[in-house]
Amino acid sequence: MPSWPVLISQAFNGLALGTLLALVSSGLTIILGTLGVLNFAHGALFAVGAYAAFVLLQYTSSFVLAIVVGCGFMLVLGFLLERIIIRYFYDRPHEDQILVTYGVGIVLVECVRAAFGGNAQRVPVPSWGQGATQMGFLIYPTYRLQLIAIIAGLLLSLYLVLYRTSMGLVVRAGIENPGMVGILGINVRRAFLLVFAIGVVAVGLAGMLYAPVVAVTPDMGANFMAQSFVVIVLGGLGSFPGAVIGGLIAGEIISLTSAFNSSYSEVMLYALMAVLLIMRPQGLFGSEDRA
Amino acid sequence: MMRPRSGGLRGWLPELAVLCTLIVAPIVFPHLGFSTDLLTRVLNWGLIGLGFDILFGLTGLLSFGQAAFFGVGGFVSAYLLVSHTIDSVWLALAIGTVAAGLFGLLVGWFAVRRVGIYFTMITLAFGQMAYFIENSPLSDYTGGENGIPGVPVPVLGFGANAIRISAGMPMYILFAVIFFLGYVLARRIVGSPVGAILLAIKENTGRVAMLGHNVPAYKLTAFVIAALYAGLAGGLLGSFQSYMPPDAFSLETSGQLVVQTIVGGAGTLIGPLVGAAVWLWLRDNLQLIPGFAILWKLVLGIAFIILVIGLRRGICGEIAHWWHERRNLAAARAAEAKTEAIEAHNIDVATKPVVPLKEVRLTLAEPMTGDSDIALEARSLARHYGGLKAVDGVSFKVRRGSIHAVIGPNGAGKSTLFKMLLDEVSPSSGEVLLFGEKVTGVGVSRAAQLGIAKSNQLNQLFPNLSVRKNLRIAALARRRGPMRFDLLRSAGSIPDVEEQIASILGLLNLVERADTPAHILAYGEKRRLEIGMALATSPNVLLLDEPLAGMSPAERIATCAFIRDIGRSRTVVIVEHDLDAIFELAERITVLYEGRLLADGTADEIRRNPAVQDAYLGGLHAHEPA
Repeated sequence: MPSWPVLISQAFNGLALGTLLALVSSGLTIILGTLGVLNFAHGALFAVGAYAAFVLLQYTSSFVLAIVVGCGFMLVLGFLLERIIIRYFYDRPHEDQILVTYGVGIVLVECVRAAFGGNAQRVPVPSWGQGATQMGFLIYPTYRLQLIAIIAGLLLSLYLVLYRTSMGLVVRAGIENPGMVGILGINVRRAFLLVFAIGVVAVGLAGMLYAPVVAVTPDMGANFMAQSFVVIVLGGLGSFPGAVIGGLIAGEIISLTSAFNSSYSEVMLYALMAVLLIMRPQGLFGSEDRA
Repeated sequence: MMRPRSGGLRGWLPELAVLCTLIVAPIVFPHLGFSTDLLTRVLNWGLIGLGFDILFGLTGLLSFGQAAFFGVGGFVSAYLLVSHTIDSVWLALAIGTVAAGLFGLLVGWFAVRRVGIYFTMITLAFGQMAYFIENSPLSDYTGGENGIPGVPVPVLGFGANAIRISAGMPMYILFAVIFFLGYVLARRIVGSPVGAILLAIKENTGRVAMLGHNVPAYKLTAFVIAALYAGLAGGLLGSFQSYMPPDAFSLETSGQLVVQTIVGGAGTLIGPLVGAAVWLWLRDNLQLIPGFAILWKLVLGIAFIILVIGLRRGICGEIAHWWHERRNLAAARAAEAKTEAIEAHNIDVATKPVVPLKEVRLTLAEPMTGDSDIALEARSLARHYGGLKAVDGVSFKVRRGSIHAVIGPNGAGKSTLFKMLLDEVSPSSGEVLLFGEKVTGVGVSRAAQLGIAKSNQLNQLFPNLSVRKNLRIAALARRRGPMRFDLLRSAGSIPDVEEQIASILGLLNLVERADTPAHILAYGEKRRLEIGMALATSPNVLLLDEPLAGMSPAERIATCAFIRDIGRSRTVVIVEHDLDAIFELAERITVLYEGRLLADGTADEIRRNPAVQDAYLGGLHAHEPA
């Protein structure tokens, strides 16, 4: 049995990882829920975000400015992907959507590799996030604490956009019944474009914010994508609250398990998914008929 | 595309072509930049691909977790050999393959319950789980990130005469022989009844279940077959490289298999092999061009996107499609012309059944309980959707051998009631008995096996299969039971089934159209096929949901005659809006109104019933202005 300080510090790690997974997964889940497309390029977009931070920080010393410009870049990338490729796939079988987004993922990752090589790059921690914070009996890296707060804020604003704006209403209605939304005279296609771009920005932001904490490589997104698949299976396909709660659960499971035996940390996550698939196949927040 | 063998030498043409290519390849391909080692590697990918194509190309299940089975087969074989638990490479390969199959059974058990996106995500997640299990908890056995070095090569023969299958040409020959055997076996599976049903699952999963096949069991079969092929390939990889690498388990491996299959052509069996040749050739040869070293995969990725957008059939698929089109162009044109003629004149070329039903061996089902004359009984069936009572406590009995109609105005609950009769929709309360046996709660597939078949209001055909194959899927259902592993016999080789199909084709007047794909048929023909498929399962009770919907007057008359014929040897329950037809056909009529039973009686009783007149005519009896 590990000591309490170890457990608590792992719980914080779990929170940091969990909020990150929540952000990645909510991008995935709103695209899936609204457009019905499972975005297999999501992992690649995470890496693109991290590299965007890496590049932009070479031109500016302001982390915030880099993030803002990076978001603009991700937004444009999202628009372009939707206009050039994704929109032609709304009426095609799910398998085709998966395949084409997987192909987009390969191309994005290989572009990054061609531009920056396969070696790991380092992104500096912003000046305001340096050092560690003394929290009673626990010393914890400041940037990770800030990361939790920032991502919590982002998730909250995403929540507000989805649940408190008219566009959000269209998106949520689109999840329930895209055909009906179209019949009501709302431009569904434009809403789809926006949703896809927002999803891309969400995962790109996750990549940018996480870049200072990890080694930035072209393939860094693959495992995050696999984990975010588990998260949305846990939370229920297309459910935003499901993605957030599922992300937090996943983060805590990975971190707390590694306090006991690190070799089982990832395995535990998938084991939990298997159990949930037996007990509640539609996920925590999913409805029966969407599964 | 996948077609069953047509007998004789011609049927073996693909096998012969593959055999010749395998023999010629090591002589010709080195000039094109393929080394013998590269060819061996291509064959290894091709071997996993055979199984994957049965799962994806044939059954339509896109798995992103095949690396798990590749890895399990590889590491189990490698561990057994390197730890000297087993010294025979052949035995180790066999055990590794079986281990992969068992793991496939476990993962498949979770995955096949889910469709589409869910299936893909679950397979990917389990693939990742296998990777992490290999990497950490089992690293004492698997070497973790280092893999297992020193895997021995197989040996042929015993003692002094034994031949070590060393790297280079001997290894190529071993892989070529195994691939060829695997290919022949895969072709047999595709041509078997199981293969036919798997293809039908891709076309229309719901209908396959409704006909009585156990869909999850068939999907699981395809999944395990894919896992077995992957496991064998994994075991061979270790021997070939004398090293078992951990990245066999990686997501990258699964993805590479998917890309190769799409590039080469899904549903062609050799597509994955061709895709692998393209992938590995690009990798090895583009790297030689200065400046292209890291771009080869980018090139491949762009090509892949273009293929998915435009040429969805892949290399082999496009070739097969072109070949098939060219050979069958005349037949296809003729079939389309006939459809146009039928639709333009709004009549069927010959509306009367050519073969009278007497010739069809359809015997009246024996009741399960000795004295019962009741085929089907609904006992206070109810279905509530929230506050809406779609059906509210309806009871009625259907006499054996009768034609029984259920009528009622729109929204009376007829369709919901019908769906409950074969457990397509489970009732909120009440139950359905078929010859005294409870149908409620058994599921639509089991209900079909018990002997209830339904033709749907909206056609549920297998659009790309020929009429004959549509009927075959139906006829196989009760003949073979919910599940059978007849992987090696040909789908068209069961005499009873073929006889049944021939009778029903005659009955439907679709003999000339037997080899026409269902989607080309004219509307009336499709309607007849829809009914014919239900009939082909040899049901004891046949449910017809609006069989006359959308038909022209001439077609209606023909179809009514047809239903009357069926009614001589079958219990028929029919929902229909055409009351004239119903009063002529039905011996007994049940009237629903707003979810409740309004009346039940003979046609004459119902016709005279004032409550029924009220319900239908909306109070016109009171001489209200319309």
